[in-house]
Amino acid sequence: MSTIRTEPVTINLGPQHPSTHGVFRLRVTFDGEEIIDVEPVFGYLHRGTEKLAESRNYVQIVTLTDRMDYVASMSNNLAYVRTVEKLADIDVPERAQYIRVISVELQRIASHLMATGFLLNDLGALATPLVYCFRERERILDLFEMLCGARITLSYMRPGGVFQDAPADFWNSLNVLISDFPNYLDELESLITTNEIVLARTIGVGLLSDTQAVDSGVSGPVLRAASVKWDLRKANPYEIYDRVNFDIPIGNSGDTYDRYYVRLQEMRESIKIISQCIEQIEPGPVRTETPFFIRPPVGETYSSVEGPKGELGFYMVSDGGISPYRCKVRAPSFINLTPLKDMLTGWKMGDLIIILGSIDIVLGEVDR
Amino acid sequence: MTPTPAFFISFYTLRDLFDNLIQSLGFGASFGWMAGLLAGISISFLIINVMVMSTAFYTWFERRMIGRFQVRRGPNRNGPFGILQPFADVLKLIMKEDTIPDAADKPVFTLAPIALLAPTLMIMIVIPFGTYASDQAFLSNLNIGILFIVGVTSVNSIAIFMAGWGSRNKYAILGSMRGAAMLISYEIPMALGITSVLLLSGSLAMTQIVQSQSIWFILVMPMGFFVFMAASTAEMSRTPFDQIEAESELGSGYNTEYSGIKFAVLFLAEFMAPIVTAAVVTTLFLGGSQGFDFLPGGIWFAIKMFVLIFLLLWVRSTWPRLRIDQIMGFAWKILFGLGLFNIFLVAVEFMVAVELGHTKDDGSLTTEYMLIMAAVNWMVTIIAFVILANFVGKKKYHRPEPTASPLANMGIGGD
Amino acid sequence: MYGLGLFKGLGITMKNLVSPSRQFNIVQYPNRRASPFDLAKVDNQNPISFIATHPIKTLRSLIGLETLVDRMPQHANFRGEEFAWYDRRCTGCASCAKYCPLGIIKIVTGTSGVNQQEGQSYDIDVFDIDIGRCMFCGLCVEACPYDALHMGSGFEEGKYRRSDLVINVDQLKAAEKKPSTWFRPQLTDRGHDPIKGSTADWDQVGRHEKPSLEDQGERWAKR
Ligand code: SF4
Ligand code: SF4
Repeated sequence: MSTIRTEPVTINLGPQHPSTHGVFRLRVTFDGEEIIDVEPVFGYLHRGTEKLAESRNYVQIVTLTDRMDYVASMSNNLAYVRTVEKLADIDVPERAQYIRVISVELQRIASHLMATGFLLNDLGALATPLVYCFRERERILDLFEMLCGARITLSYMRPGGVFQDAPADFWNSLNVLISDFPNYLDELESLITTNEIVLARTIGVGLLSDTQAVDSGVSGPVLRAASVKWDLRKANPYEIYDRVNFDIPIGNSGDTYDRYYVRLQEMRESIKIISQCIEQIEPGPVRTETPFFIRPPVGETYSSVEGPKGELGFYMVSDGGISPYRCKVRAPSFINLTPLKDMLTGWKMGDLIIILGSIDIVLGEVDR
Repeated sequence: MTPTPAFFISFYTLRDLFDNLIQSLGFGASFGWMAGLLAGISISFLIINVMVMSTAFYTWFERRMIGRFQVRRGPNRNGPFGILQPFADVLKLIMKEDTIPDAADKPVFTLAPIALLAPTLMIMIVIPFGTYASDQAFLSNLNIGILFIVGVTSVNSIAIFMAGWGSRNKYAILGSMRGAAMLISYEIPMALGITSVLLLSGSLAMTQIVQSQSIWFILVMPMGFFVFMAASTAEMSRTPFDQIEAESELGSGYNTEYSGIKFAVLFLAEFMAPIVTAAVVTTLFLGGSQGFDFLPGGIWFAIKMFVLIFLLLWVRSTWPRLRIDQIMGFAWKILFGLGLFNIFLVAVEFMVAVELGHTKDDGSLTTEYMLIMAAVNWMVTIIAFVILANFVGKKKYHRPEPTASPLANMGIGGD
Repeated sequence: MYGLGLFKGLGITMKNLVSPSRQFNIVQYPNRRASPFDLAKVDNQNPISFIATHPIKTLRSLIGLETLVDRMPQHANFRGEEFAWYDRRCTGCASCAKYCPLGIIKIVTGTSGVNQQEGQSYDIDVFDIDIGRCMFCGLCVEACPYDALHMGSGFEEGKYRRSDLVINVDQLKAAEKKPSTWFRPQLTDRGHDPIKGSTADWDQVGRHEKPSLEDQGERWAKR
């Protein structure tokens, strides 16, 4: 019996490709439509953030963290300033902590909206859910503009608090937003969650079992979708997270659908957290006086927060000077790519795109 | 947006006109072929231009409409409501450098856009736009009109394969391989849908099909309409079946390497397809140019086409795309079965009609019998769909409540 | 039932198509095509009388020739370019230059020829901000101890050369002073809003009130 001679084809997916979410390159070997090997190639967006940090003082580095995960600057700010506060032993006023939590949760919603929208775009829904998601994200960005004068590169937080209190009109707009946001999420769900084409495309695709997930060190929604109930906000409560009630949504089996659905439920939880914060917040100072140039004592520290993409940590070494001796970032997007090969092998071209989309990487963070 | 002038000038009237002209100029009867040639050229000139213009406006309409669906505005800068946008686009494409990749198969690469555009245009020849009882209703009253359509559309898959193969690009090849597989598969349900129409109308000629629809065929056999509609959506590769381009997966699919005027032609063919498909569906299932008397038939035809195009746009802006294996599965497992079942149903009903003497002289059915058929078919269709839906759905997409994995020991709560 | 979700989705998109409350808040930057109704609103007339009195304008607007300026609503806190800098307040201390993460502020001071012992400031010879590289983080504003430097609210500064993007001391002096309220709560308290065009003079932007004569007398007398 003679068969047709076939041979595998290697395709460079990226760095210029509409669905790699940035300048990400995948060398994929296909057997027909099926993936038999994947090799990610990073570094097209490497800007040397960690090295640059060594020549900046502690406040100036805040502007660098904005540019790492550029769809979730607020969380990066928080992770960084918390590390500096731990290193230099700075107290944060209570009101500042509440404002930080509110803004970080808003940022989480914005980031998840973007992840969901782009996942649907990758599924080929002609950007309609994407634009619906962006419509709501835009309102959050408007809130950020009120809060800190910028929409993307926020630089809102400072070691010792936030740089200025929220203006009065911010609270009204925030109340309006959180009152109609659940309705909006319902609408998004009826557009996506029950859509049979989405179900057919996503359920069971790109499975990541819980052992695999834990072994490869992934975190955030990708880990929780694999039914591992792990969230730093609960496991190691920072700021005022121990004073608010919320659940940790987990997924079923760790497929693409679960990753989408966990994100959707997390947005609802974020709304819950924000509304509790609004009830609890009290007037007060928002920033402790810190010196112009912070000089932390000699030492090193690591601290991490639960960013929208996963555990975002900073490891900093101080030599007593005005800038850190070393600054290492544990970037969740980068580490979430670890099980990529296992997740992709055996699936088809169309699945590759949505699996990559469901991990929700941001190249600014992967390459730093 | 629908070509109107073509209704009023037919090939035959034009030929007579030119014939008279030639005679009056003093040429003999031996120059009769010239009249036919001249008429043919002018008709082709007309139809090509009308189609190109309507495609231009269709692209504008599509972009505006999808813009509105996506709560945006769509193009609104060039001219009133952005109506000149397609012309700006075409101008830009014409001025762009027309690149051919070094390793491309140049003749194939160059021919592919034409091979894609020509069949799409040719379908328009046999579409009966107006309400004319006589044979002179349209460009050419082929007595095998519907067969012509089926034959001509199958050229598309070759053209798409040519484009992909010729450009020597891996994305393009992937896209065109998908295209070839998909277009060939969907030709079968499409033919099955057409067959059921033929059974009812008893003729291959498009005029005859329109005339036999005293009740629109969409009412008589909804299942056939569904099969045909799904198959033709796949044939023109639009969501949820747009695997050939799949811009989020393949960059741009088979036309990745095209630029300049060649891309413009590919683009034209691609956007002409919905218009042509809407015209065919209108003829086969929506009663063609039938309507109430206060408007001419051509206008009714245009309205029906418009509704269909709007439906296509609505679906396009809502649904994601299926994966290639799911698309093939849908064609072979569901549409194929439904199509065969539909033919069986219609055939049985037709036989009963013949037995009971409900046929007219020309072989088509009487209105009363068609009404009975419609009632039966709707019930059968709904029952079939419900059974199919519950059969496919339930067990596959049941998601149990998640249980937390024992790997996490956060030490909170009982879980 | 299987398949219903697809039709629910169609319903959602249709809802978004027709219901005006779901529309994007669209701003057609920098200008938008104006309909006769918009023009009438600008002219403060009712549409019918506008169409009757301005037939040519109506026609032009119908074929899309009339435009109206459309701008994104900005918050007063917006951090933008066109720094507002008050030479009467600036002492040339260069805190801003030192705090800028990119080091793009260049300051050269000289003596102004008057008696510095009497509290006269330095003369600022050079105050260059390379806004082509600036990321509008606002750290310079935060660092300025004398409230002399403020963010502006502009964002549209297209130039053909990079060197044109450097704003120098003369431009800064001549520019209209519309400081952003970013990091300047004292401006917010006064209801200052640069987007609405309010300007602030050098003696209105300080975070400290100038002590009145009585205050001063009390303070000095109590010593
Ligand atoms: S805004 Fe930031 S980057 Fe720009 S001059 Fe000021 S400190 Fe430097
Ligand atoms: S603007 Fe402010 S910080 Fe900069 S030199 Fe002048 S007074 Fe000093």
